[in-house]
Amino acid sequence: MKTGNRYRSIQVNRLWREKLHSLWMNIALGIVIILPFLIAIGLLWKSEMLLEEHSLLNLLFSREWKPLSGKFGFYPFIISSLWVTILALLIAAPICLLTAIHLTQYADTWVLKVMHPVIDILAGIPSVIYGVWGILVIVPFISDYLGPLFGKQISGYSILAGAIVLSIMIIPFILNILIEVFKTIPNELSESSLALGATQWQTIKYVLIKKGMPGIISAFGLGLSRAFGETIAVLMVVGNVTRIPTGAFQPGYPLPALIANNYGEMMSIPLYDSALMLAALILFLVVLIFNFASRILIIKMEKRSQ
Amino acid sequence: MENNAKIEIKDLNLSIGKHHILKNINASIPSNKITVILGPSGCGKTTLLKSLNRLTELYPDVKMHGEICLDGQNILNGRHDVTQIRKRMGLLSQRPYPLPMSIYKNVTYGLRISGRKNKLFLQKRVEHYLREVNLWEEVKDRLKEPAGSLSIGQQQRLCLARGLAVDPAIILADEPTSALDPVSSQAIENMFQHLKQRYTIILVTHILRQAKRIADNVIFMYLGEVVEQGPADAVFENPSKEKTKAYLNGVFY
Repeated sequence: MKTGNRYRSIQVNRLWREKLHSLWMNIALGIVIILPFLIAIGLLWKSEMLLEEHSLLNLLFSREWKPLSGKFGFYPFIISSLWVTILALLIAAPICLLTAIHLTQYADTWVLKVMHPVIDILAGIPSVIYGVWGILVIVPFISDYLGPLFGKQISGYSILAGAIVLSIMIIPFILNILIEVFKTIPNELSESSLALGATQWQTIKYVLIKKGMPGIISAFGLGLSRAFGETIAVLMVVGNVTRIPTGAFQPGYPLPALIANNYGEMMSIPLYDSALMLAALILFLVVLIFNFASRILIIKMEKRSQ
Repeated sequence: MENNAKIEIKDLNLSIGKHHILKNINASIPSNKITVILGPSGCGKTTLLKSLNRLTELYPDVKMHGEICLDGQNILNGRHDVTQIRKRMGLLSQRPYPLPMSIYKNVTYGLRISGRKNKLFLQKRVEHYLREVNLWEEVKDRLKEPAGSLSIGQQQRLCLARGLAVDPAIILADEPTSALDPVSSQAIENMFQHLKQRYTIILVTHILRQAKRIADNVIFMYLGEVVEQGPADAVFENPSKEKTKAYLNGVFY
């Protein structure tokens, strides 16, 4: 009888603990889920003041950025961001795709085993180091070699420098996803193609890339959203001149650099902080949308491959 | 018998890393017959089948020596173009793996990669081979749809049509009915009975009843070795080895 009671009390104790644990886990989960919404609401609330005075479309497409006279046109920054991001993806995409194909289809297994930590190390380097490296290597390379090659006298601080640094930063990120994409394609599928007399390259070109296409697109999408928001490394090499860039050799001023360079400094100017918050909100939304679309693609692909 | 052999396997050994998977395989496979490679799981049946069209070469750390003679020519020496060898054998795997493209393009894939582009020719081929596997009536109105939208039994027949379309002499089938329902399995078996008039068929299975239903010739394998081989009647009615008897009686360890 006594042991029965004791057993029951242990049992009750256990259940109670179980509930407690699940409670704090739920709270932790809740915080993680609520956080992005809180950030979005905060940014919206802060940028509201500016939005009351100017229409959003007007702000997005106006070319004039003269905070002192109350003119906040985001167009130059948006265009700079697009230039740097898209150029970075154009550089990174073929490198990543070919590397992933080589590692998963041609290389011996030990090569992939060696490459994995290398990729992780690349991914783990702080972005400020990429920035310094950009200043020391990429910027002089552009001003001394690439610029003169195209007959241009430039400082080297340019969209192109930003894009090169950025592309190297997103390569490990995209590469990791692509390797996973190609690994999840069953061997038997390529065997089917090879058994029909296809060469390995034909198999890759017509079957594997096609099968992995949603994954490939979403890897690029995730890379793009990461590139879009990257701040420090780009800011250090991109020149930061408020002008609409018309070429890769010109300096640019992407949105993240705008926020990082100015927040906290000229806050006495009316509506300035509100304008920077709006820039942050735009950035936040663009990154969110890219992420979301890419994830949906990945989920769809996984469903289809089952 | 010797003259009639489509494939002769002589002293074939295959190891992956330290695992010796195929041990001194000697076998002959007669043409225009269904040869069943029978044996318990993990005895090397599939590996033997895939070494016939050299798909085993793709495995890491694989070592292969011996001879596989197709129509008297050793296909294991490096002189042969492996894609040409593979075109002479259609492969049907355990589960259907339709290529990520339309039904039509699945059937024409083998032809297109070897440069056949004539549309009329391709269209005729598609109809011919889909009829051959009794799939034409079911899919003729949806040839442009992705092959993945077919049922699994239909996919397996499509994969067979795809393999036949490159005009092979041999069909390699690796437990082709293991993922199928009884009706679809029956359909595949019937098709093999019909196809053996024109093709040499090699079928891997561990299902004794299936082997008894369709085999003309049997190769019984155990732990990487060929235990017994010969015409189906002889092996099933009058096995000469203890292991074969045990397997046939279902008392296997």
